Amino acid sequence: MATIAVWWLKVPKESAAETLRNAGEKLQTAEGELVLDFSGLCRIDPGAIEALKRLAATAEARDVKVGLRGVNVGIYKVLKLAKLTPRFSFLT
Amino acid sequence: MSSPIASLSADRIAYLDELVNQATTAAAVFTQYTQEDVDRIVKAMVLAGLGQAQYLARLAVEETKLGVLEDKAIKNMVATEFVYNYVKDKPTVGCIREFPERGVMEVAEPIGVIFSLTPITNPTSTVLFKCIMAIKTRNAVIFSPHPSAWRCCHEAVKIMYETAVKQGAPKGVFTCLEAHTLEDNAYLMHHKGIGLIDATGGPGAVKAAYSSGKPALGVGPGNTPVYLEKTADLNMAVVDIITSKTFDNGTICASEQTVVIDDEIYDAVLKKFADLGAHVCDAKETELLGRTVMDPETGVMQAMAIGQRAVDIARKIGLSVKANTKLLIAPLQGVGREYPLSAEKLFPVLGVYRAKSADEALKVCIDVNHAGGLGHTAVIFSKDDAIIRKFGDVMNAGRILVNSPGSIGAFGGVYNDMVPTFSFGCGTGGGNSTTDNVNVYHYLNIKRVAHRTQAHMWFRVPNHIYFNLNAVENLRRFSSHSTVIVTNPSMEQIGHVDVVRRHLPAQTLVHVSVIPDAEPEVKVVMQGVEALNLYKADQIIALGGGSVIDAAKIMKLKYQSPTADLEELAAPFMDIRKRVVEYPTEKVNGARLIAISTTSGTGSEVTPFAVLMDKARGRKVTLADYSLTPDVAIVDPQFVMSMPKGLTADTGIDCLTHALEAAVSIYASPYTDSNAMQAIRLVFKYLPMAYEHPQDEEARTMMHNAACIAAIAFSNAAVGVNHALAHAFGARFNVAHGRANALLLPHVIAYNAAVPTKFTPSPNQRGYIAHKKYAMIADLLGLGGSTTEEKVSKLVAETEKLLDQLEIPRSIAELGISREEFEGAMPELAKIAFDDPSWRSNPRMPLVGEMVELFWSGYRGRNAGAGAKRLHKTA
Repeated sequence: MATIAVWWLKVPKESAAETLRNAGEKLQTAEGELVLDFSGLCRIDPGAIEALKRLAATAEARDVKVGLRGVNVGIYKVLKLAKLTPRFSFLT
Repeated sequence: MSSPIASLSADRIAYLDELVNQATTAAAVFTQYTQEDVDRIVKAMVLAGLGQAQYLARLAVEETKLGVLEDKAIKNMVATEFVYNYVKDKPTVGCIREFPERGVMEVAEPIGVIFSLTPITNPTSTVLFKCIMAIKTRNAVIFSPHPSAWRCCHEAVKIMYETAVKQGAPKGVFTCLEAHTLEDNAYLMHHKGIGLIDATGGPGAVKAAYSSGKPALGVGPGNTPVYLEKTADLNMAVVDIITSKTFDNGTICASEQTVVIDDEIYDAVLKKFADLGAHVCDAKETELLGRTVMDPETGVMQAMAIGQRAVDIARKIGLSVKANTKLLIAPLQGVGREYPLSAEKLFPVLGVYRAKSADEALKVCIDVNHAGGLGHTAVIFSKDDAIIRKFGDVMNAGRILVNSPGSIGAFGGVYNDMVPTFSFGCGTGGGNSTTDNVNVYHYLNIKRVAHRTQAHMWFRVPNHIYFNLNAVENLRRFSSHSTVIVTNPSMEQIGHVDVVRRHLPAQTLVHVSVIPDAEPEVKVVMQGVEALNLYKADQIIALGGGSVIDAAKIMKLKYQSPTADLEELAAPFMDIRKRVVEYPTEKVNGARLIAISTTSGTGSEVTPFAVLMDKARGRKVTLADYSLTPDVAIVDPQFVMSMPKGLTADTGIDCLTHALEAAVSIYASPYTDSNAMQAIRLVFKYLPMAYEHPQDEEARTMMHNAACIAAIAFSNAAVGVNHALAHAFGARFNVAHGRANALLLPHVIAYNAAVPTKFTPSPNQRGYIAHKKYAMIADLLGLGGSTTEEKVSKLVAETEKLLDQLEIPRSIAELGISREEFEGAMPELAKIAFDDPSWRSNPRMPLVGEMVELFWSGYRGRNAGAGAKRLHKTA
């Protein structure tokens, strides 16, 4: 039975964009699934959105599943308006 | 013809897509911002704009070669300071307005990305204005400035953007197209990421915006007429017009174009213009001006004149004027293409027209308004309120300015209390969606959060209800000089009229108006009204069954309000509380109506309904209004002791149907329930007794009371589908109303207790409760059963048992109506039943097909249990 590695990453509010950019880069060589924990984030900025877009593109290219956890309603609406929600799974 | 977009290169498309992408992200992120956030950013932007007002004005004049630096600086200041003054306290985030008494809250939703076209004439001020509006409403904007004003606009956007981002606005919130083409604009106008196009510019740009299929705000061209009326303050008017028309060299589309001057003041006005620096052209000069500053082919302005000084224009066309000339005035003889200067002129050339009368002046203003200025701006100088109102009525303009300058006045906030703007909506006349001064609310989707509200219910009954044996004695309480007793022949024969007469005060003059024992016709009613007039009646006593009381109600209505149109008053309505037709309140005669019922069924003595037979058209007309309710009801069983058995049964079941339908009506309330439930209890207990033992005084008394209180219930809660079906069936086959109700009643109970195909909308009820109400009634009657379904079944069975006790035929077939005849009548029966207003308060909204099913159930009879199989199983 194959083992699926789950990579859990907390997205801090002070450096959300940078964390997401780094995660996107690591995703290019990583295996398994990625869970991004947004529970510490109240707001999201355009830099983080752009990083998420790139991360989604990498994940799709490498067929890696990315789940977002702890996304508040305000950020969920931002992701919806930025047309990002279909590209991630949302975990409770 | 190929699309202009087709010529765009892939690189250019990628560039434009990226602009939208950035703006979309910024707009999405912006949705998280609070009111405090945006207000902080807006204030900083306004201060930055004010600080750079002169700088940006200079850039604009240098680049566009239009207008006046000082005026453009003022425009930049108005676009920042005045707009800020308007928006600073306006909530634009989250809940922006609340109406607690209506349970409604308005919530702001940003649009997203706005594609904004800005003009050459007011370039930087328009950019400043739109940036402030966008931030205040949390939107992102992609600017497409007029190509000849790109540099100054780009600089204005940059100043606003850098200030906003410094204060925390999302990056990418404003962008300005690089040197661009019409193809770029067309591409963006059709881009799915653009939420709104705000086009302030020439007619071409506005038309393109509206043609894109996107929501758009566009500004139409102007051609502002001015009526300078003889009562005006001429000094103020002339200065205002010069100020306005020369402001920024006339580049504002709201500026004055043709001044129509009353004959009496024409010469004086022109002299004042001349004294203040205007050059009044003679006929030859006017002709020269017309063929040089306007294009003779198209009739539109020549570019060489737009935004230029009067002296420069004069010099260019070889017109000799003084060096300090501010304005060129051209006397016109008419409006239209043959008078080129009657069109829009965005430069300091003003047409004037001498009007012989106010009528002529208004007509010329209308002509100017329709010559390219529809929906935009019109100006009047006058002290005559009537003329001002007339002007406001006949001008089609979003801004009609009184005793103030056109251009600066239209901005709002300077000369008047209109909303400050740099974008003038011109309504449908100008091909726009709004006549407003475009403002922050046009940059928002305003959502309404509407809480469920309940209609105000009421419970109305006659002022006096006297009941129990010998209640008629109370007639002596009511003084009257002249009383008309409306009754039918049998009441006289039985001696009931004499009983009534005996109990009237001695001084009362009594007249008797005998009408046929049938549903009243218009002719009969009008004869009654003649009697009331003849005897100058101050009191009407209706003595009889429902028909007599109904006739008396209509007689009273026509006696008090002779012009009441019965046809109009019978107009259909859905909810009596919201009906269109109002009953007359002015009365030429006053009369008290006392109703004494001689049957125990209709309850007409307390209801606001009256049925009138329209023989000419072969139909019944139902009048319904609380003003028809009798003033006094006397419910005295002595008048029903002699009712025949059949009538006792039919009217008793009518009463039961009233109560059962009121109990489950969508208008049922605790007030009506208390009456309905009590009436049901009384009917089940006393109707069989009254039927079997007509002289049982207690049974008669209780049934008479039951009929009255059931009527009180349905007067306030209405009836239901049983009545709709019975009205249609009874009229078609000449079956007594109560009997028609009886044939359908068990089937209707089963039908209403089942899960509806369609629910009747009923804001006053929480969920579907008809089956529970029936179960409650079963409990009240002590019928047993442990579940709702069982209880409803028992109520149906008990109703059938009661019908059997009363020896009422249990199927329509038993009446001798053949299946073929019934089938043939069915389409018409269904149509009439569906048109009947009675079912509209039924808890289950009957489909036409279901009405047909119910009719057939009634035809077959005795199988109401079949419907009961579909009852709710909930306890």
